[in-house]
Amino acid sequence: MDNKEKKVEVIKSATIRFTGDSGDGMQLTGSQFTSTSAIVGNDLATFPDFPAEIRAPAGTVPGVSGFQLNFSSEKIHTPGDSPDVLIAMNPAALKANIADLKTNGILIVNTDSFTDKDLEKAGYKESPITTDLKNKYQVIEVQISKLTGIALEEKNLSSKEIDRTKNMFALGMTYWMFSRPLDPTIKWIEDKFKGKEDIIEANIIVLKKGFHYAETAEIFISQYQIPGAKLEPGTYRNITGNSAIVLGLVTASYKTHLPLFLGSYPITPASDILHDLSKYKNYHIYTFQAEDEIAAVSAAIGSAYAGGLAVTSTSGPGVCLKSEAINLAIMAELPIVIVNIQRGGPSTGLPTKTEQSDLLQVLYGRNGESPLVVISASTPTDCFDVSLESVRLALKYMTPVFLLSDGYIANGAEPWRIPNTDELPEITHNQITSFPEPKFRPFARNEETLGRHWAIPGTPGLEHRIGGLEKDYHTGNVSYDPNNHEKMVHTRAEKIAGIANDIPDQEVYGEKKGKLLVVGWGSTFGAIRSAVENFNEKNPDKKVSHAHVRYLNPFPKNFKSLLESFDTILVPELNLGQLSFIIQGNFGIKVEKLNKVKGRPFTIQEVQQKIEELIQ
Amino acid sequence: MTIALTKKDFASDQDVRWCPGCGDYGILSAIQKTMPELGIPKEKVVFISGIGCSSRFPYYMNTYGFHTIHGRAPSFATGVKITNPELSVWVITGDGDGLSIGGNHLIHSIRRNLDINIILFNNEIYGLTKGQYSPTSERGTVSKSSPYGSLEAPFKPISIALGAEASFVARTHDKNQKHMSDIFLRAAQHKGTSFVEVLQNCVIFNDGIHDPVYGREVREDNTITLEHGKPMIFGKNNDKGISLDGSKASIVDITKEGLDAVSIHDENRENPDHAFVLSRMMQPHYPVPMGVFRDVERPTYETQLHAQVNQVEREKGEGDLKKLLFSDETWEVK
Repeated sequence: MDNKEKKVEVIKSATIRFTGDSGDGMQLTGSQFTSTSAIVGNDLATFPDFPAEIRAPAGTVPGVSGFQLNFSSEKIHTPGDSPDVLIAMNPAALKANIADLKTNGILIVNTDSFTDKDLEKAGYKESPITTDLKNKYQVIEVQISKLTGIALEEKNLSSKEIDRTKNMFALGMTYWMFSRPLDPTIKWIEDKFKGKEDIIEANIIVLKKGFHYAETAEIFISQYQIPGAKLEPGTYRNITGNSAIVLGLVTASYKTHLPLFLGSYPITPASDILHDLSKYKNYHIYTFQAEDEIAAVSAAIGSAYAGGLAVTSTSGPGVCLKSEAINLAIMAELPIVIVNIQRGGPSTGLPTKTEQSDLLQVLYGRNGESPLVVISASTPTDCFDVSLESVRLALKYMTPVFLLSDGYIANGAEPWRIPNTDELPEITHNQITSFPEPKFRPFARNEETLGRHWAIPGTPGLEHRIGGLEKDYHTGNVSYDPNNHEKMVHTRAEKIAGIANDIPDQEVYGEKKGKLLVVGWGSTFGAIRSAVENFNEKNPDKKVSHAHVRYLNPFPKNFKSLLESFDTILVPELNLGQLSFIIQGNFGIKVEKLNKVKGRPFTIQEVQQKIEELIQ
Repeated sequence: MTIALTKKDFASDQDVRWCPGCGDYGILSAIQKTMPELGIPKEKVVFISGIGCSSRFPYYMNTYGFHTIHGRAPSFATGVKITNPELSVWVITGDGDGLSIGGNHLIHSIRRNLDINIILFNNEIYGLTKGQYSPTSERGTVSKSSPYGSLEAPFKPISIALGAEASFVARTHDKNQKHMSDIFLRAAQHKGTSFVEVLQNCVIFNDGIHDPVYGREVREDNTITLEHGKPMIFGKNNDKGISLDGSKASIVDITKEGLDAVSIHDENRENPDHAFVLSRMMQPHYPVPMGVFRDVERPTYETQLHAQVNQVEREKGEGDLKKLLFSDETWEVK
């Protein structure tokens, strides 16, 4: 046995990417690796990446599905730039991903899928596993399909059923490689396939075979260990951005004591919000799958009018359709949260890929002067906090609030320290049951917030009519008076602008003045923060700062002066410069831009390079 | 003790700004007259409208009201009714608003059978946008946007409602206060979506369009009043009747064929076929039916939704926020 004892190398972090055909179960393999890594205490971040088609032709490059995971014994912010380990279940997966693999990284291929037919489908004339490839990477060729077949030889299963378990073989191998326990996945398999004993048994056998194969076949040079990270004490779970929004909204319903209403129409990558909330009926959550996006938002506004905690969830193309109704909510001054999980555009664009290109749309994509609140989430866990904040502002100021997320954080996961809900503050709202004057004035306002009262149907004595037509400032009746309209336009604008007094100052990571400030928003947080950290570590004398903006309308009060305290402002965005445009237009401050529109998040390296370029 | 409300209690303090002679006045009056009869306090009544002349309606009712956006009133009503099922919700729409831009929402709200009342004012023209042909205009209608005649086949609102599985469908017209009021009362009492088409006159852009149907001179010959359980008789001397046979309606001369040849109107027929045949009857070949075409029981959307919430709560127990946040695999960091 001694000769089989490997040296276990302790390392800080690793990035692994599982890739295969969209039918190969790569998302599942990735999420299992994620759960197990979380349980052993690593900090982690994931990046699931899948095709828009349900099943693109098997074995082709458009059908490749991938799941990347960065796990570490230290605090990390991104799923990692380039994988240390790439698992390619077929030639198409290899073709689509090999360029990303780190030089000298480990490439595990399922050689059984490197047949002439599969090579051709992937667009290879001959096998890509050449000497060149082997010189550049540590190539590990494994007959995964065949070994899976042998493992289940004596089981009474169809070849299709056997083939479906081969992802467990790959998972088992990587578990051994990174010294992960098998138990959590075994438990998961037993749960998932309850009642199908033969399938449970097959998956567990194959998982163990993969593990033992890696152990005995000596295919890896080393076995690695990544100790648990020093995270803040508490109870943790993994959470994706979309599920964090769902839990945030349910929590908001508790904290407001209002029934939650979600009006939604299925759209990628936002549908999971509808799916999850639909499950939680016993939390007094009313979900409504509407006939279209317009009905979805209109029903939500109807709910807000009737006193509900109203939410609608969608992605950019859905926002286009909802815009007219959102403007009505602005005019009628009703509270509603509009969740926009952005994706590549314009039009249908890249449904499953990420982008940050709806900022100008949500700020300005409506007729008339129609201000509303826009806030953005930066990480999957941040989605929880941002949901609560959206609800707080919507109710206090009687306004629609846009919550911006995107495909990258919506599906990406990270460990989340579960908050103590008792310690979260109650969220107040403006509902009234009586009015001090004999005649109710529906647009009478709180002097400080300018938020109007919320008199809900069913309340005696407060009967009133609202709508999209301009209202008289005093009586709330329809008014076409030019001076009144101007006053109302200003009032609605001041109401939103005044929210700057109710949000925290813009925080800065690093010095509050200096040579370079990197300004980001949304899901670019991780790449920017890591790039700034890396740069500062390498260049302790040339400190760079980072401001990550959560509040995009209104901006924090100190934002302008902060921007003015730096020689150069760099704004990296997954668009052609939308925040840059706003900063330049609002504050007259020239900014440097870093833009990417490939349907993929920034790598740390990309941002770091730009910083280095700007600060020699 | 509740004080009995009167018609006046339902009139708001706003000036009614429809054109003089507009059919909307009659409808407003009939609804205000019906309201006290419902026995519902006015704070529990909500009028929701889209865009158009008819959609200014909520401003004139001293109840809760929401003047929304083009065609979407049924969707706003859906959110209101789900959030507070105790409210009496009325959707006021027109032929353009409800059948053109809002056609999708109209059919889906009827399909869901929310307990709301949809009143569609049909004047076969766009009024507020100043006189373009509408989805109910006859083919060949000359209007601002169809100077050489419209090319489109008109919708028959009642047929659409029946096609969308409506549980209550009725028609009335703006010249008959009593009938309108009766129909609105029936609509309000129906549990489920009530769809009422009101033939309405646009004095400016389509004056007299319904005169061939309900003009004083022709009314008795050109309309037929549907009454449940009664033979379908019409005509000045009550000498004509309707016989329904499969997909065909024929006119019976009672003096020759006798009363037995006339079909009995049955609002409660589960099968919508007869109601559908009646919905196809129009001038000049048939008298136009007024009254209730269909009144059947179907579960309402909001009742089912709230029942489902209660059912899940019974099965799973009342939602526990902490349990929810701590669900999924958790681990402890010390």
